[in-house]
Amino acid sequence: MSRSVSALVALLMLALAAPAPAQTKNSKPGLGIGRVATPAEIAGWDIDVRPDGQGAPTGSGSVKAGEEIYMSKCAACHGEFGESAGRWPQVAQGKGTLASHDPVKTVGSYYPYLSSVFDYVRRAMPFGDAQSLSNDELYAVVAYLLFLNDIVDDKFVLSKETWSKVKMPNAGGFFEDDRATSERSFWGRNPCMSNCRPAVKILNRARVLDVTPDEKKPGHGVD
Amino acid sequence: MSKSKDPQGIEKGTSRRRFLTGAAGLVAGSAAPRALADNAKNQPPNVADWTRSLGDGVAVRPYGNPSKFEKHIIRRDVQWLTASRESSVSFTPLHELDGIITPSGLCFERHHSGIAEIDPADYRLMLHGLVDKPLMLTLDDLKRFPRVNKIYFLECAANSGMEWRGAQLNGCQYTHGMVHCVEYTGVPLKALLAEAGLKTNAKWIMAEGGDAAAMNRSIPLSKALDDCLVAYRMNGEMLRPEQGYPARLVVPGWEGNIWVKWLRRLKIGDQPWETREETAKYTDLLADGKARKHTFVMDAKSVITSPSPQAPVRQKGFTVITGLAWSGRGKIKRVDVSLDGGKNWRAARIDGLVLDKACVRFYYEHEWNGEALLLQSRAIDESGYVQPGKDALRKIRGVNSIYHNNGIQTWHLKPDGEVENVEVG
Repeated sequence: MSRSVSALVALLMLALAAPAPAQTKNSKPGLGIGRVATPAEIAGWDIDVRPDGQGAPTGSGSVKAGEEIYMSKCAACHGEFGESAGRWPQVAQGKGTLASHDPVKTVGSYYPYLSSVFDYVRRAMPFGDAQSLSNDELYAVVAYLLFLNDIVDDKFVLSKETWSKVKMPNAGGFFEDDRATSERSFWGRNPCMSNCRPAVKILNRARVLDVTPDEKKPGHGVD
Repeated sequence: MSKSKDPQGIEKGTSRRRFLTGAAGLVAGSAAPRALADNAKNQPPNVADWTRSLGDGVAVRPYGNPSKFEKHIIRRDVQWLTASRESSVSFTPLHELDGIITPSGLCFERHHSGIAEIDPADYRLMLHGLVDKPLMLTLDDLKRFPRVNKIYFLECAANSGMEWRGAQLNGCQYTHGMVHCVEYTGVPLKALLAEAGLKTNAKWIMAEGGDAAAMNRSIPLSKALDDCLVAYRMNGEMLRPEQGYPARLVVPGWEGNIWVKWLRRLKIGDQPWETREETAKYTDLLADGKARKHTFVMDAKSVITSPSPQAPVRQKGFTVITGLAWSGRGKIKRVDVSLDGGKNWRAARIDGLVLDKACVRFYYEHEWNGEALLLQSRAIDESGYVQPGKDALRKIRGVNSIYHNNGIQTWHLKPDGEVENVEVG
């Protein structure tokens, strides 16, 4: 490296080490990159809804109106009664199954908050036609989902005003990650290195099930 | 030995000495790795075709691809797992890779509504909520911020989720292939939050994707300020569309679902959103019907990638056993290997970089004389966490949790060189 180049590098490094000009000029922090998002821009994308109903849009929808929307836009995948058509998610029933060998997780059996389902439908459903429902349609179809799960009666109208009336059956079914205590035994032990267990037996083999994809078929690769 | 065809239909020559004798010796449904066609005229003492003639010139391949002989090394899916390919997963072919960096095109995919194809000119990242100045950033804006380069693993919380009730899938691509490890270039999330200015009551951040699932997750502010990035490059080049082009969230050590791809919005709030993804999905249902939530950190885990069901042993004698280990709690401290199903263990040799919340590559060299082996690996991280056996894990978690299965994997290496996924006890 020539002397002039190394001098230049040294200068550059000094410049980098110095505080950015934007920080010294303005009293407020930041680099001055980007611009302020306008209220209109934010309103167009701000679709999230919290458990307390914050973010829920204006509008309302009845179970009755929801039935019609559900039958035309949802039932093909989720089944007329929410029982699932084929491999798509089941959205109704399943109560009392969570501690069984085959838990069925649905809006009624598993979702802890109304917002968890409302926010999801609002952003992602109908599958392949996301964010196409009007606010009234959205309220209606979620009201119908609640009805399919026996959470509300057939006269129910869902809106911001009735939001807090909805009691989700599995609201108390969750607790915060407790691995640090409940799985304490996985930490800190000096793992055994020799003669750690009696002779080992094979209990079960993958081949018995034979569910591994056949890689000879070209269709299985994802390009 | 007569000519025979391997499962991919590639003819094996008469002269090639193979430990496995023909198709019968190979695992049904396995990838039949590299059954190369022998062609004596390209071997000494003859001069090979490629030694005599000109090959493609420069820029004939303006964006290079792997050799045409490596075409079988691809992401693969398991069609019975999901209802549609748009909301599904494909798996990294771990058994064919080495080192710690996953090639960008082989990183597993998990999409909820397919791959969004975002025009970078129209890309916008919105930052709002409990901030002094709601921000609108273009991709060029993001690239103007001071940037960092970090190597991290990304593991889907559902990796190995099909194995809770016993050995099910024959291949580490399927049992463990929802993990990858790449170098990211991006902006520390902390810098973007500083640009917007946080209100004093800010405690949580919601990240939202711009795809047709608009996937959203809540992240505690402490994590966001610690080591999260908004990344736009992987392995030096711009993110692949499947990995969230042009920008994704990087949440080191935490479950992949939180690493929102096609990131369009960051909203700052004072409590978690309890979105569908963090309640109805990505919660860990225990045997008593109650579920753990916010199980963000990925526990230490390892797997032997070769030998494995898709990578059988082809020859007796000196054999390299290799695999990957990673932990969401920091660096991997040690990896042990067992040849007898966990009765005796020896420390493996870790080669290459040992980084915070990144994969490490381990090796265990062994003189194999055709005896049946029960291969296992066990990761230990710097927090002192020791990767548990599957039984120990089930004792606490039951078999319904789907997510966070980091139990020790067993491969049965048989005398004929085949390898099978098994459970031992």
